[in-house]
Amino acid sequence: MEKTKRKGAVIFSKYSRGEGIKRLLSISREEVLFELRDSKLKGRGGAGFPTATKWNIVAAAISSQKYIICNADEGEPGTFKDRVLLLEYPELVFDGMVIAGYTIGAKHGIVYLRGEYEYILQSLEDYLAKMRNDNLLGKNILGKEGFDFDISIRLGSGAYVCGEETALIESLEGNRGEARNRPPYPVNTGYMGKPTVVNNVETLASVPHIIVKGGEWFKKYGTDRSTGSKLFSVSGDCGRPGVYELPWGTKISELLDLVGARNTKAVQVGGASGTCIPKSQFDRTLAYEDAATGGSIMIFNESRNMLHVLKNFMEFFVEESCGQCTPCRIGNTKLLEGVEMIEKGEFTFNYINQLKELGRTMQVASKCGLGQSSPNSFISILENFKEEIFNGNGGAHGK
Amino acid sequence: MESKGDLRAPVSQTPLIVEKPKDTSAIGGMVSIEINEKKVAVPLGTTILEACKMNGISIPTLCHHDDLCVAGVCRICVVEVEGMRTLQASCAYPITNPMKIKTSSPMVRRARRHIIDLLLSEHYGECYSCFRNGKCELQNLAKEYGVDSYTFGHVEKPKYEVDKSSYSVVRDMSKCVLCKRCVRTCIDLQEVGVLEAVDRGDNTHIGTFLEKPLADVICINCGQCINRCPTAALRANDPSDEIWAAIDDPTKHVIIQTAPSPRAAIGEEFGLGAGHSMTRELNTALKRIGFDKVFDTNFTADLTIIEEGTELILRLYKALVKKESVALPQFTSCSPGWVKFLEHYYPEYIDNLSSAKSPQQMFGALIKTFYAQRAGIDPANIVSVALMPCSAKKFECNRPEMHDSGYKDVDYGLTTREMARMIKEAGINLPEMPKSNFDNPFGEASGAGLIFGATGGVMEAAIRSVVEFVLGKKTEDIFEKANIIPLRGFEGIKYMEIPIGDKVGPVPELLKHLVPNWDWLKGAVLKIAVAHGTANAKKIMDDIKAGGKFSECHFIEFMACPGGCLGGGGQPIPTTPEIRKKRAEAIYAEDESLELRKSHDNPHVVQIYQEFLTEGPCGHLSHELLHTHYLKRGRYIA
Amino acid sequence: MLVTEKNAMTEEIEQLVEKYGSKRSSLLSILQDIQRKHKYIPDFAQQEVARLLDIHPVEVFSVISFYAFLNTKPKGKNIIRLCQTISCDMQGKSAVAKSIERELGIKFGETSKDNKFTLEYANCVGMCDQGPAMIINERVYYKLTPEKAIEILNGLK
Repeated sequence: MEKTKRKGAVIFSKYSRGEGIKRLLSISREEVLFELRDSKLKGRGGAGFPTATKWNIVAAAISSQKYIICNADEGEPGTFKDRVLLLEYPELVFDGMVIAGYTIGAKHGIVYLRGEYEYILQSLEDYLAKMRNDNLLGKNILGKEGFDFDISIRLGSGAYVCGEETALIESLEGNRGEARNRPPYPVNTGYMGKPTVVNNVETLASVPHIIVKGGEWFKKYGTDRSTGSKLFSVSGDCGRPGVYELPWGTKISELLDLVGARNTKAVQVGGASGTCIPKSQFDRTLAYEDAATGGSIMIFNESRNMLHVLKNFMEFFVEESCGQCTPCRIGNTKLLEGVEMIEKGEFTFNYINQLKELGRTMQVASKCGLGQSSPNSFISILENFKEEIFNGNGGAHGK
Repeated sequence: MESKGDLRAPVSQTPLIVEKPKDTSAIGGMVSIEINEKKVAVPLGTTILEACKMNGISIPTLCHHDDLCVAGVCRICVVEVEGMRTLQASCAYPITNPMKIKTSSPMVRRARRHIIDLLLSEHYGECYSCFRNGKCELQNLAKEYGVDSYTFGHVEKPKYEVDKSSYSVVRDMSKCVLCKRCVRTCIDLQEVGVLEAVDRGDNTHIGTFLEKPLADVICINCGQCINRCPTAALRANDPSDEIWAAIDDPTKHVIIQTAPSPRAAIGEEFGLGAGHSMTRELNTALKRIGFDKVFDTNFTADLTIIEEGTELILRLYKALVKKESVALPQFTSCSPGWVKFLEHYYPEYIDNLSSAKSPQQMFGALIKTFYAQRAGIDPANIVSVALMPCSAKKFECNRPEMHDSGYKDVDYGLTTREMARMIKEAGINLPEMPKSNFDNPFGEASGAGLIFGATGGVMEAAIRSVVEFVLGKKTEDIFEKANIIPLRGFEGIKYMEIPIGDKVGPVPELLKHLVPNWDWLKGAVLKIAVAHGTANAKKIMDDIKAGGKFSECHFIEFMACPGGCLGGGGQPIPTTPEIRKKRAEAIYAEDESLELRKSHDNPHVVQIYQEFLTEGPCGHLSHELLHTHYLKRGRYIA
Repeated sequence: MLVTEKNAMTEEIEQLVEKYGSKRSSLLSILQDIQRKHKYIPDFAQQEVARLLDIHPVEVFSVISFYAFLNTKPKGKNIIRLCQTISCDMQGKSAVAKSIERELGIKFGETSKDNKFTLEYANCVGMCDQGPAMIINERVYYKLTPEKAIEILNGLK
């Protein structure tokens, strides 16, 4: 399997296994929280919630039981950075979980690994065994009295929506992966009703560096509002697809040069649930404040049919919607039908505009992030590529 | 949720689903909010929906139901909360912080219209050809929000086959809006566990285990799902066409018996508020429709009390005096939903079920034997209909063992809703009907039979008789006005002890052939319990299994439906906690207005033992006609 | 199912419940183990799992039907899941799909007559940089070409 294409200065900077855990022997949980807050680390799954705030709430909660869950249900089309992290750098992820456990007061960490990655499971289990052997997990970790923490790995079974944190918790509890009503949030009422931190693999992998090197160091990279670096999963029409670590704030055009993309027409930033960015906007930067992404970068060159791309995305959502709430369950079906109408040339512009309006309702009225973001591609592709889709060669002609 | 002992963190960090404070005047007990720019204060933890309701602002709902836990799936109740990017489902959002809410902003109105549009696009069929026309929550919403065309198209073919396999419940999933009320009813409220969401994405639908037809799964036919379905996706299996055909057939003698609960609720179908008893108006209406005779099910309810009470006495006598092994506590058997629940989930306890049939089935057996003889009618030409608040009664009358008269004892079970429709079809406005009495030879019955309709009623009726049989005293001397208050009300499980004391009365004539005297009951304490809703029944059964307090009871009344029969699956929609309360009030008020309030005082009951069931209660003939047996069904499906 | 088969199944599930615990939260792990071994979760197994976890059979069925990798109907010994999402699609998924269909003589969604192969599509399997990709049982195969795919299948026959 291919290795990481570009190792940047943050996540892939030098780190020896257990280093972050050893650091805990000399610093308090308050100090960990301080560094984390100072680093301004935000969730790497895409939503960008400040990690320190999440940890803080759970750390302050008084409960007999708390949990740290590593969300390794990486299912967003075009994302594969977690696979690389788990295969090549498990020490970062697991050390991050131990640090989280120490800080929030959890004795138990759970990795929710997507079913598609079952082939990674054994190597992870082996690595955990090694950690237990070296007393990096278990009771009185590294001899520190009362520092108990262990990690178990649970598998998903092929459901994209379980990447949504409350659906993930439902799945862990043995239910259908249907998102919960919020509030309450997992930090208050999470797994088994207990305060729970759910963090993305990459978020956790950033933590050991911050603990060892400091928040100040982390902030040196990236932009003011998007600190540190980001792993980008690059696929599609380019010479060198793969995982790239780049500082936040990198321009899309810079990234395209780096990965050897030519004749690029469009970049889908953030996967199927993200936005499709046309050539005219390639000077936009990859950052929470501009083109935000959980890491998925899909590149389409001039030869690609954007309607076909959109159809593929909508088919994905129709299948992967959990089906519980009306806007998402039926809305995605309607958007897909709309794409098919355009494909056949049997549509009215009035109806397509109504579907865009419907998409805007889905963005605000769906129960969870899936339905709230699934219309993004529909809206952005039809908006940004209307020339090609409605007038161009092979394009459809409405009535 | 945390256990309470854990909640010592600062308020900002406690779980946001909060128990409402008992004392809202305490600091933090109330939260100030703004709804549509009007400032109000609501108790901490109130949902946005409740807060709006309290302040006279109506918010549309579909998946929400007062009886059920929150789902938050239909999204029709979304509102705008200042500072939040997305709309919030008001039914699911507990207020813990000051907030500004807009319930009718352009974004909210657009979302609601879209949601209705989407639901309509997948909702098969047309309103005019639907039995819920005019009573459909989706239709009402479309009307309210001005959705008068199919913006996003409309399905042309049904996606699912209609499941008509069950005698009781018909499922048409092509009309389902996936509100999951039925799922929450079946799993959470009733703990029967037949319906759940199956598949996902656009294939999501409500299904049964292995997609089996309803008749083949462990459905108890309670019909509570029907009562909560907002559309026509669930309905009772309606026999009214067959009944019309019988009425129109001059060779058929069509008899209807009416149970107390439909009489207390049918007015709701004619625009009256809940709690108007229509007993005598209904008698007239049924005659005008063309029923040849109208009998009062309360008569056989009285008979049930005698038979079931006698059975209890015999069981106790065998256990205490003859030291035989008998199954105790005795369970009531008048609720066919409960009976099937027990047969599936606790088959090892079927011997505890009273062998006495339900009043419906007792009447069925008597109509085609005793009545047929008296009236000189060939029972083959009798069509026996039962007006019941219940969908499970349809299943019950189709149980193969219910042929003790030599014919199918009861031909059709008809629900309150179906009856109301037949009356309307006949052009009759029920509330305007003059009053008339029930037909002889069964005539009027007692208030004891009447209160069978409410949870605790069977037990109260039984106690009114047992107390007089054993103690030789008037019930009124022990319980004021013969109202046994501890057995009333909607608490899930009720428990009562009745000490017999040292003084017993003489054995009444009716029972003399069975027990010599009551001395063996001296000093005993009669322990009884009442449960309604199968979830509560389950609690008692699990306690009995574990050898707990209820295993020491002598007699337990179980009703499958919340509230008892008055909340039955055949009753008018909606049925809510408030409506159940009013129906119960109507039933108890009618009972108190009657002269005759104890089953054993019913002269027709006395007469039938003198003239027909001459071997007395639990005698040979009554065993043949009035008692039955049960099946160990278990929970496995082949 | 024969009585002996039922007994064996009950014993197997009892062991799984022992291993994972009888709480509802063990449900997915138990189902995954049954799926891995039998390639589907038989009707009787669903009812036994329900009994031992004290939940309703329809709840078990409902959960299975939700997850793409759990099945209630028998599947082939090798379950092939070819990624159909856009990155793999652009890298030649269709050609690979056709060659597999031709080789096995079945369409997507079907199981071969000898019960050796079930062919399905999967949504993004996370090999977008090395597509087209497929997962057979627990293993992932990537950078597929029509020829390479057939070679892999031959290795499994």
